[in-house]
Amino acid sequence: MYPTKYHKAASIDDAVAALGAGEEALVLAGGQTLLATMKQHLASPSDLVDIRAIDGMSGVSTDGDMLVIGAATTHAEVAGSADVQRLCPALAGLARGIGDPAVRHVGTIGGSIANNDPAADYPAGLLALGATVVTSKRQIGADDFFQGLFTTALDDDEVITSVRIPAASRAGYAKFRQPASLFALVGVFAAQGAGGTRVAVTGAGEDGVFRHVGLEAALGADWSAAAAGGVGVASEGLLADIHASAEYRANLIGVMAKRAVEAS
Amino acid sequence: MSTGIGARVQRKEDKRYITGKGKYTDDVRNESQAYAAFVRSPHAHANVNGIDTSAAMAMDGVIDVLNGQQLTGDGIGNIICGWAITSKDGSPMNMGAWSALATSKVRYVGDAVAVVIAETQALARIAAEAVEVDYEVLPAVAASDKALAGGAALIHDNAPGNLIYDWEIGDGAATDAALAGAAHVTELAVTNNRLSPNAMEPRAAVATFDECDDHYTLYTTSQNPHVARLVLSAFYQVAPENKLRVIAPDVGGGFGSKIFIYPEEITCLWASMKTNRSVKWTSDRSEAFITDAHGRDHITTAKMGFDAAGKIVGFKVDTIANFGAYMSLFSSSVPTYLYATLLSGQYNIENIHCNVRAAYTNTVPVDAYRGAGRPEACFLVERMMETAAREMGKDPTDLRRANFVQEFPHQTPVIMAYDAGDFGANLDQAMAAADVAGFAARKAESAGRGKLRGLGYSSYIEACGIAPSAAVGSLGAGVGLWESAEVRVNPVGTIEVLTGSHSHGQGHETTFAQIVAERFDLPLENVSIVHGDTDKVQFGMGTYGSRSGAVGMSAIVKAMDKVEAKVRKIAAHVLEASEDDIVIEGGQVKVAGTDKAMGWHEVGLSAYTAHNLPPDMEPGLKEGAFYDPANFTFPAGTYICEVEVDPETGVTDIVQFTASDDFGTIINPNIVEGQVHGGIAQGIGQAMLEQVVYDDDAQLVTGSYMDYAMPRASDVPSFSVHHASTTCPNNPLGMKGCGEAGAIGSPPAVINAITDAIGSNDLAMPATPQAVWNAIQAAK
Ligand SMILES: Cc1cc2nc3c(=O)[nH]c(=O)nc-3n(C[C@H](O)[C@H](O)[C@H](O)COP(=O)(O)OP(=O)(O)OC[C@H]3O[C@@H](n4cnc5c(N)ncnc54)[C@H](O)[C@@H]3O)c2cc1C
Repeated sequence: MYPTKYHKAASIDDAVAALGAGEEALVLAGGQTLLATMKQHLASPSDLVDIRAIDGMSGVSTDGDMLVIGAATTHAEVAGSADVQRLCPALAGLARGIGDPAVRHVGTIGGSIANNDPAADYPAGLLALGATVVTSKRQIGADDFFQGLFTTALDDDEVITSVRIPAASRAGYAKFRQPASLFALVGVFAAQGAGGTRVAVTGAGEDGVFRHVGLEAALGADWSAAAAGGVGVASEGLLADIHASAEYRANLIGVMAKRAVEAS
Repeated sequence: MSTGIGARVQRKEDKRYITGKGKYTDDVRNESQAYAAFVRSPHAHANVNGIDTSAAMAMDGVIDVLNGQQLTGDGIGNIICGWAITSKDGSPMNMGAWSALATSKVRYVGDAVAVVIAETQALARIAAEAVEVDYEVLPAVAASDKALAGGAALIHDNAPGNLIYDWEIGDGAATDAALAGAAHVTELAVTNNRLSPNAMEPRAAVATFDECDDHYTLYTTSQNPHVARLVLSAFYQVAPENKLRVIAPDVGGGFGSKIFIYPEEITCLWASMKTNRSVKWTSDRSEAFITDAHGRDHITTAKMGFDAAGKIVGFKVDTIANFGAYMSLFSSSVPTYLYATLLSGQYNIENIHCNVRAAYTNTVPVDAYRGAGRPEACFLVERMMETAAREMGKDPTDLRRANFVQEFPHQTPVIMAYDAGDFGANLDQAMAAADVAGFAARKAESAGRGKLRGLGYSSYIEACGIAPSAAVGSLGAGVGLWESAEVRVNPVGTIEVLTGSHSHGQGHETTFAQIVAERFDLPLENVSIVHGDTDKVQFGMGTYGSRSGAVGMSAIVKAMDKVEAKVRKIAAHVLEASEDDIVIEGGQVKVAGTDKAMGWHEVGLSAYTAHNLPPDMEPGLKEGAFYDPANFTFPAGTYICEVEVDPETGVTDIVQFTASDDFGTIINPNIVEGQVHGGIAQGIGQAMLEQVVYDDDAQLVTGSYMDYAMPRASDVPSFSVHHASTTCPNNPLGMKGCGEAGAIGSPPAVINAITDAIGSNDLAMPATPQAVWNAIQAAK
């Protein structure tokens, strides 16, 4: 690892100031992605701004039937939260299925969505549930937040502070694990609520997480596994790599969509 | 509770392993320790036109930056392959030069060109990135068949067409004739996938040069420290043997990958002399993927002919073996004498012919990995038997039984002479334990849930206890493959056993002590095992090829024979009895039928006080022995795998895995079962998960656990492990070896089961969900 300067931010303003001051400063949350890339010399930030100790950054609360999850809340905390289990059990299940116990007890929801790995789980959940990302500057709807592989709407000096997730009347998540990494080879999150029927797919898109229009239409008309299974999923625009061809991913999207509905 | 042969003794060494108190090479920290980091090629094939070390040298804390010209200039020799294979035209193998640090050309991604020695490991790594190498990139090739096809990049000038050797075994004409006359011929093309060994502890070395004594000490992760010293001394000219101490302390797994002597150990020793500092290098996982010798990587086509009754009449095999960019220590023997000699399987086959071409490619060197050649042979033979049975409409177990070798000894047409076995007994035991009779009902039940159930067999045989020195010498081995032991009875009667075997997880401190405790009827804790240090232990050949039981323990038995003879003489003298009447029992040495006795410890004391020994007897009680086996040993057995496939996704669940092994005498069932469990898990890894992938530019794609899938506990079932044993007639304990069987026997059982379930035989390893789904689609 290259030398770097560590800051423990006391407030959001403090964090934003440190981000602006550093030559190439980055937010540090659980470090489950960032530290690994630094160890491999793939990233060499001049400064790390740890946001986990900032008041109000961690924990789950509710605002009516809206879930409010602090950016530094770990996957294990989300999985174990009674509020999440009550208002959106599919999201608790998603968090429970991330990585392994070590990762779940350190990795955070803010880090996961800021990183926007094309195979990460949370982006599918947030996109399907119509969540809003709250930052040090503004509020960004999930549809605008995720902008392609490892790309988001965030500015360099912008810190995610929380995520607001409206409760869904029905929601299910089905994940097919890539055998080596256990990330999503394909993950489908299907939800129905005030925002209509939304189906988000992770792991499969050439441009990262995306909504599947055909599945949304079919499930909007008939929320059933059979309806999901009846949608022909095309392989255009899907990723192909050593773990799966675009055709296999297309097949898995259909199967996972069925299973997500069954799980809802 | 008995602690002798056959007792389930808890492993003595586990306390320190499990509590994190083991002492591994990386735990060695010398006064003013310096650290090495290697500058490695990012290109698969390139000329090195210059190395600019000025920026690295200018960094604070960098001690030196050394390169290959300096290394060869100091007379450090090239790395060699220690087993000479002769091509069928009589020419020697084409071995290209391998310098520990490349001088003018790099041949795979990871090939080292320079080394930075610095005050800290982090600094050494940063400085290594600051070394600028002027590469002239050349075309590269990763696949062995492409490397041998005309027009591929030439990797070593002295290996035209990238061909290392073109070797054959068996009678080609007779085999062709037999196939021509066969009632049925099954043809099969199989690939044995390339694997990365992934020992839990990465390789490491700590080299210390002592200027005053002109002496070197090397701590290293080795399965065979004496062989390492011999090779470092005789071939690489690092130091004469008496000036080089090699210590392999606790070693966290090897699976073959720690047999070989690598560039890093050589470089650390030399760099220690150059810098007059103790130099330490510890691989991280990423470095392990690009430097630890890989395993397998065969491409094979084969034909097996049968007569109308289903009797095998001939077996013809053509294999290409990928050797990577350089010939590693035992690489040449793996696809020849460790592979083609096992192609007879458990079967009586009159005509076998195998041709093997070994190819250089721009990839990590390939060498022995758990099973080494035998998994490749077993996979081919057992896939062939299952496929042939399906084609001929026969039950796969009937076809196997009709061809089993029934009489021993049995000479195969490919060198091996099987000494003992009862293949039918293992098949029977496995079938009963796997409830084969109930399979049809289970399959129907699965079908009701939309799942495809399948059953697959593998009746494996392998050769262990490598090996009679004269025999392997005549086949080209550069070393003898005996083993040594010294049994030291201390004046107080406790015992130390010095063994040339090396434990890197196998539990020798327990099992070796068990045979000594049993022989002299002493408490287990009175026996200690010493290994892994060339200054303590007489020369030894180390641990690989499941040889520590059959060869290493046999040496201990021979040394114990000598100790016992002396004990009898001393006791007979002191107790005034005949040697023949002496019994060793319950911590005492007694005269049978009388109440005359002395304590075991008193015999020890007598030997060392020497006050009252028989005339002409030397004092002391310490005996050594070298044991050279008379033959290989032949562990064998049948594995049955039962799977359930989800046709929607291709996900395969191993619902039951049954093993019936014949390992001969079992010293400690706990440890043997552990070896079988680990071996099968590795075999399932090969069959369903693991695959080293290179892209077209010979860049490694699977360079981390994000892309290289290792089996996890959740990927394997709870194994059903059984034993039906015959005694090995060729060593004093009747042992055959159990370290590799699981990895050798299991892959074909898994693939035979999946292909049975999906009703298509076109399935390569690893059978990932995608591969299985593709096979299902293609068969539609
Ligand atoms: C072995 C392993 C397995 C994994 N498996 C999965 C899996 O199955 N599914 C899955 O979804 N993920 C998986 N992950 C990733 C894991 O979920 C990480 O926790 C996550 O990607 C990053 O979160 P973090 O808190 O560790 O962020 P960090 O690593 O600290 O940061 C990641 C990036 O986000 C930025 N960042 C962090 N917090 C904020 C913030 N509040 N505002 C702005 N930017 C911020 C950082 O600057 C950095 O660029 C796995 C990781 C590992 C190591």
